[in-house]
Amino acid sequence: MKIVVCVKQTPDTAADLTIEGGKVSWGDAALILNPWDEYAVEAALQQKELLGGTVIALSLGDENAEIALRYALAMGADEALRIADPGSALDTSAVAHVLAAAIQKLGGVDLAFFGRQTIDGGSGLVPAQTARLLGWPALTLASALAVHGDEVRVERSIEEGRQTVRAKLPAVISLSRDFGQPRFPSFLNKRKADRATIPVWSLVDTGVAEVTPHVTWSDPALTPIRESNCEFINGGSPEEIAEKLAEKILAEKVL
Amino acid sequence: MKNWVYLDQFQGQALPASWEALGLGLTFGAVTALVFGSEVEHLARAAFEYGAEQVLLADDPCLADFRAEAYASTLSKAAKEQWPDLILLPNTTRGRELAAMTAIDLETGVLVDAVAVEHAGEAIAVTRPTDAGKVLVGESCSTRPVIVTLRGRAFPRPTAFPGRTGALEKIAVQARALTTVAGTVSQDSPDLAAANVIVAGGHGVGNSGPDEKESARRGFALLADLASVLGGAVGASRAAVDAGYAPYAWQVGQTGKVVSPDLYVACGISGAIQHQAGMRSSKVIVAINQDAAAPIFRLARYGVIGDLFQIIPALTQALKKRMESEKL
Repeated sequence: MKIVVCVKQTPDTAADLTIEGGKVSWGDAALILNPWDEYAVEAALQQKELLGGTVIALSLGDENAEIALRYALAMGADEALRIADPGSALDTSAVAHVLAAAIQKLGGVDLAFFGRQTIDGGSGLVPAQTARLLGWPALTLASALAVHGDEVRVERSIEEGRQTVRAKLPAVISLSRDFGQPRFPSFLNKRKADRATIPVWSLVDTGVAEVTPHVTWSDPALTPIRESNCEFINGGSPEEIAEKLAEKILAEKVL
Repeated sequence: MKNWVYLDQFQGQALPASWEALGLGLTFGAVTALVFGSEVEHLARAAFEYGAEQVLLADDPCLADFRAEAYASTLSKAAKEQWPDLILLPNTTRGRELAAMTAIDLETGVLVDAVAVEHAGEAIAVTRPTDAGKVLVGESCSTRPVIVTLRGRAFPRPTAFPGRTGALEKIAVQARALTTVAGTVSQDSPDLAAANVIVAGGHGVGNSGPDEKESARRGFALLADLASVLGGAVGASRAAVDAGYAPYAWQVGQTGKVVSPDLYVACGISGAIQHQAGMRSSKVIVAINQDAAAPIFRLARYGVIGDLFQIIPALTQALKKRMESEKL
């Protein structure tokens, strides 16, 4: 099995964020592997352990992307590859074009794993767009998966419940959080990851001549803080409190 | 402006967010609704009643299951023949996937999870939350059609006019798909994203006795009673899901579902920023927590500092009594 897992670095969610010069700034917040991508790395490693083969962690970005790649290596990925960000603001379809091209260039890939979305941009479009460009099936929001021969079967979460879907390899799979707990990096792998030299490809190396984003962003603003002025319902027995609260809720006319 | 709205359906039932999308479309002028599936002509009739002038219908057994490739090819082919300016879709799992693939086919962009859409002259711009709901950003797209997915419950549902009709056009189906749906197991709880009322439990639900699992079982049963009286759904914080009190499908927050019900009752939830990311756009928030310093009280309109095991059953009874007497 040749398995690719696409990863990205994101700021730690607990970090404070400000708007500086019309751009979102996370200050000096630590960068981490996108938490959703941990499930993708875990899924990739599990398939490798079951079926043999190699896991290649792939990221598009500047030097900071190495943080995500090194964490994937520390979890147990065999190789990492960074594609240098061309610098302009890429939208999801531009990212998908680059990733699809890199996956094709790597050649012979059976499975490409993604987290369901990033926690910063969070559009969740890239897995399906990459699959569309590759002409591969997209099995998104998977919570369990099994490969038998040239077929993969996943269980996925949708609004209505759980769905079982199957497709022929090669396939793109995005992982949901109910896949199970991702492993922690081992001491040995961590040391290996720290020392690894991560190869860098340019766009041209992937075979993409240029990328044309369609989407542009403007005027980010912090979401206004909700001034709720909580009205505390006090006093008396639970029944009395409940009566008062029920009256307040009904007066809101939302039921 | 040529204005299309895709109606997401599952087994012949349109999701509420589909009608919300149609309602938004109507504010920009005449709407062409798209109905794909098998034996779904009744949804075309419903679309006319909700105000669509025209429906493009792809009705074929091969579309019985949503398979993104076939749906995307059908949508792209129609779009390449008629070139709409705008395609609105609900930001459901299917709507988002269909938007993603169709944008690749049409070499255009997707503006995803919009909470506001503005249209001035020919320009279309949306506002969407990013970074765990901490930021609102403007987005626009330089190519046509502009594909926009809409956050559920961010736009009002339009009024239906029974008996209203329009022009039905059947369009060609592109059958090629790469996946096979082997089966769907429906969950018994309603879809959180579409729920009008959510009663959610957190870590505190496991705190009422020496056996936390038993406490959580009893606590979530109390929350379910309240939810059922209010016709709502049960949700959970990540802490409750991680502790095994509730299934992941119930999780509200940054790594769970983003919801915006009219009423959100947070029980034993401290209200970490990651939880707020999933529920801060709820209309009325009620918090019940023993810790007066819990951040959830800063979001809540009404707060009770107390034991949810006492307050919730009493609240269920009080609301039940009052709602029954209102009906009489």
